[in-house]
Amino acid sequence: MTSSLILAIVTFVYGFSSVFYISSWIFNKKILARIGAALAVVAIFGNIAGFILRWVESYGHGYGHIPLSNLYESLVFFALTIAVVCLFLEWKYKNSHINAFSISLAFLIFAYASLKAGQGAGDIQPLIPALKSNWLTVHVMTCFLGYAGFAIAFGISIMYLAKKALSNNGKGLMGRLPDYDLLDELTQQTVMFGFLFLSLGIITGSVWANSAWGSYWTWDPKETWSLITWFVYAIFLHLRHVRGWNGTKIAMISIIGFMAVMFTYFGVNYLPGLHSYGKG
Amino acid sequence: MSRKKKPKGLFDKIWDIFSSVRLSVLVLLLLAATSIIGTVIPQNQLPDFYFHKYGEVLFRVFTTLNMFDMYHSWWFRFLILVLSMNITICSFDRLPHVWKIVRKKPSFDVEKFRRNKDTQTFKIKGSAQEKENLVIALVRKTFGHCVVEQKDGGFILFSEKGRYSRMGVYVVHSSILLLLMGGMLGSLRGFEGSMMIPEGETSSQVILRNTNEARQLDFSIRCDDFDMSHYDNGAPKEYRSDLTVFENDKEIFKKRIIVNDPLRYKGINVFQSSFGTLAGNGATLAFTSKDSGMVYERKIAMGESLELPENLGTFTLNHHSNSYGYMGHDLGECFIGKLTHGEQEPQEVILPIRFNGFDKMRKGAVSVAVVDYEKRYYTGLQVTKDPGVWLVYLGFILMIIGCWVAFFMSHQSLCVECQTMGDTGCRVMVSGSANKNRMGMALKIKRIASLIKDV
Repeated sequence: MTSSLILAIVTFVYGFSSVFYISSWIFNKKILARIGAALAVVAIFGNIAGFILRWVESYGHGYGHIPLSNLYESLVFFALTIAVVCLFLEWKYKNSHINAFSISLAFLIFAYASLKAGQGAGDIQPLIPALKSNWLTVHVMTCFLGYAGFAIAFGISIMYLAKKALSNNGKGLMGRLPDYDLLDELTQQTVMFGFLFLSLGIITGSVWANSAWGSYWTWDPKETWSLITWFVYAIFLHLRHVRGWNGTKIAMISIIGFMAVMFTYFGVNYLPGLHSYGKG
Repeated sequence: MSRKKKPKGLFDKIWDIFSSVRLSVLVLLLLAATSIIGTVIPQNQLPDFYFHKYGEVLFRVFTTLNMFDMYHSWWFRFLILVLSMNITICSFDRLPHVWKIVRKKPSFDVEKFRRNKDTQTFKIKGSAQEKENLVIALVRKTFGHCVVEQKDGGFILFSEKGRYSRMGVYVVHSSILLLLMGGMLGSLRGFEGSMMIPEGETSSQVILRNTNEARQLDFSIRCDDFDMSHYDNGAPKEYRSDLTVFENDKEIFKKRIIVNDPLRYKGINVFQSSFGTLAGNGATLAFTSKDSGMVYERKIAMGESLELPENLGTFTLNHHSNSYGYMGHDLGECFIGKLTHGEQEPQEVILPIRFNGFDKMRKGAVSVAVVDYEKRYYTGLQVTKDPGVWLVYLGFILMIIGCWVAFFMSHQSLCVECQTMGDTGCRVMVSGSANKNRMGMALKIKRIASLIKDV
């Protein structure tokens, strides 16, 4: 068994999990969500196993390092964090429809990662000197926990807007989505989770940069975009906590924030800068 | 007192503006939007580059607006200044009120709890007296310290925690001020520059990054050795320099630095950042005569001229370069020389190390190739001093603590009321409130209620 094979299988398990979650929502059958959750757990364990195996395999190549060093590896870890946070929320709020959209994000990310792997991005590469630091692990992990929080907030915001636009008097398919109150609250909670970890990610990156090349902030495009994302969610939090915004407006800001996250993650690769290891 | 009656003065008006969240949102929005510019327009390039890229008109407009170094422009700094004033004044405006709540002796109003939307009311078997100690123990375990008030046929229990969590947001805000202060201190009192030291040589001169000024360090650094290693696939694995620090001609210490492991001395950090090669004093060149096919190997020093055999002309070795642009390609490291033959126009001869047959393309009577040359590395060091770093790091720590407290802790209060009803049981009310995360608190109330049902 190689890590690539395991991770390829995991893609399908995430896929089936999303299918069951969505069917549970469409056909209003609780048991389907249970199966979806069970599959998600299997996928998570597979995901972790693939991650660890890849780590081990990198030692076989003679340059062992934690698999968090390129786009493919970051996608694999991103999907894992999303799935774990999703299941945690389902368990905490006892509502399986929360995951109808969000688990699909883990699947889509995995599918994209597999696509990239098919183009050769899945090969294990040695670390360039700049990345050889213990900060790599903590920086990437905190960033992606942050991204995961924002991704789920995005999924929930989409759910909120879909329910608002398509629900007729709280009945039917859209009516079965969680209450507006819960969706609103979850958006806020996941954004706060994301914000804390994004802050940690930026901070660990800064400390690393300072210890590796002597300045904690250089306005490199990736840094700048992570700060822009931070500003957007800071605006979200102020409008929410101080001005009392909620519902549709707050869902919209959460979606805009996630656009900034996506640009920080992918878009920046098209701009000049240092974080080029994120390139496909 | 008298101030309230008077119409608002200028000071109050300004105070109101700077203590508003509207301003915070506006400034954050402007910061976010303008920050994008610097990621699209490359920053801190030479004027030539911009002139060619944007043309004269845009170049002038952008220069006026400081777009080529926008994060240090007056208007970007102005936005940051407004943000910090906003944060400071907001805190002064609200902190006294919040501090009063935090310091206030807790008082409980059972009526308020009864009216609460999230209140759970149910009946259990047994009298209130029987259950009292069990309920107290349960609340202590699952929520926190509590006070109990006795009343006819029952008791009311109050508990409260997380008062100080109200301060979390102010911790975050002051952390931002610390970051900005640290940043300012760093840009006023610190510097950033680079050194290039050839192997075996000593230097104490740093070229500053933005101004290209030279700056002398209090100590000097000798590069004893530079080395790099590669992975099997050719990707770079490690760059390292062995450095010795001297002060007043006395050796202080030696240190081997690699990327991610710098040398630090007297508040100055020295990082491995680049490298290059210097040609030594000359090279051994091979001259191949086209007519006879003879190859002549000659040692030649830099600047030296050499009379070639077979009347092939005079070759002069002019200089060495680490890169050479040729028809849009970089040929990399090369020697550059000159070939003169009688009255003919002298010809430039380029000898790239990587493409040894390159000179054959000139199709001259003699072609030149590099056989061997003395090679010396120089190490490229990034040198920085930033006395503001500790403030920034303190800010980082406070920001994380503050965010954690502000987001995930709240000022919560809990109230449990037990009233004996007849002989068979008692009526229980569980209620509570929190200043944040109402839904989480509602879930907590439900959970405590269900635990009490099982008591």
